[in-house]
Amino acid sequence: MSRENVLVSTQWVEEHLDDPNVVVIEVDEDTSAYDKGHIRNAIKLDWTTDLQDQVRRDFVNKQAFEQLLSERGVANDHTVILYGGNNNGFAAYAYWYFKLYGHNDVRLMDGGRKKWELDSRELVTEVPTREKTSYVAKDQDPSIRAFRDEVVEAIGVKNLVDVRSPDEYAGRLLAPAHLPQEVAQRAGHIPTSVNVPWSKNANDDGTFKSDEELEKLYAEVGFDEDKDTIALCRIGERSSITWFVLHELLGRKNVKNYDGSWTEYGSLVGVPVVLGDEPGEA
Amino acid sequence: MCGATAGGLSLDGINLEKQAVIQGQVLRGTGDDAEPVGNAYVRLLDSTGEFTAEVPTSATGHFRFFAGPGEWTVRTLAPRAEPTDRKVVAALGSVAEVQVAI
Repeated sequence: MSRENVLVSTQWVEEHLDDPNVVVIEVDEDTSAYDKGHIRNAIKLDWTTDLQDQVRRDFVNKQAFEQLLSERGVANDHTVILYGGNNNGFAAYAYWYFKLYGHNDVRLMDGGRKKWELDSRELVTEVPTREKTSYVAKDQDPSIRAFRDEVVEAIGVKNLVDVRSPDEYAGRLLAPAHLPQEVAQRAGHIPTSVNVPWSKNANDDGTFKSDEELEKLYAEVGFDEDKDTIALCRIGERSSITWFVLHELLGRKNVKNYDGSWTEYGSLVGVPVVLGDEPGEA
Repeated sequence: MCGATAGGLSLDGINLEKQAVIQGQVLRGTGDDAEPVGNAYVRLLDSTGEFTAEVPTSATGHFRFFAGPGEWTVRTLAPRAEPTDRKVVAALGSVAEVQVAI
């Protein structure tokens, strides 16, 4: 896997705004960001409504994903470019989601919405209209999605990488600091999980660090190359970035994202939890 | 937007006893000519310099974090401006107001 196949620059996107084979999609934590201004010809996916089942906690199923992309005018052979705010957090989540359902050519815009804005590039409010398609998704790829039982069994066995901020990992905060802290689950982290905050993957302007810097980052925390890896955060969005880095940029095999993440694990009855800055024992 | 109230974010609905709030406004220029910057990005770094959170400013240039007690750095990135760092101390039950001029 090379960088060029999974990542494009803001300049590349500006040069392909009218390319009929390219669909640019904004996915933001702040789902109103698109409405205030977006890249010309970009469409929006709302991670809270479009990508989640509205009754139980899970993703929309294969048929609903097919219906969603067909209605929005995304075809199987389109090159899908995803971008968003917060270091591409939810864009990376959507990237992982598109891969989960087998989309062939999907890439992130390096730096996301922030880089585009810091470059002083144009944002518009006009919403494009796209012709409907007949999108056909594949069955979910179980090799990139982890569930809770697998995570509990991975304690002391697999690489567990918790990508939340140090204060969330240690249990001093329950949510990222731009969100209220009033939530139900216990604070802390999974025993033996190491803390590599997601933000360490990116430069201040939101672009990814070089492969050499990223390799060094994960080598420093003693990643065992021979073990499978599971990435988690609070809701599986920031860990999508780490999954992207490990699986798509660095080409590691057997890397899964745990979308249940801390909001699920921290609510489970009877599982071990560690407080403080150290990973803890299995 | 000139003349907007400094630190004008409403605290309605926030239980300050459980929160250490850091909030403020990003302005381009100083004095009476200062203009709110609605397309800046504000990053919260912990006492070791580690990134903790980032928010885009509102149309009025405002931002808010729910931090823990302690020392933090507010780093502001904006188009056509150098990054600006401001140190701030947060405490439970209070609101730390930060004005950032770029």
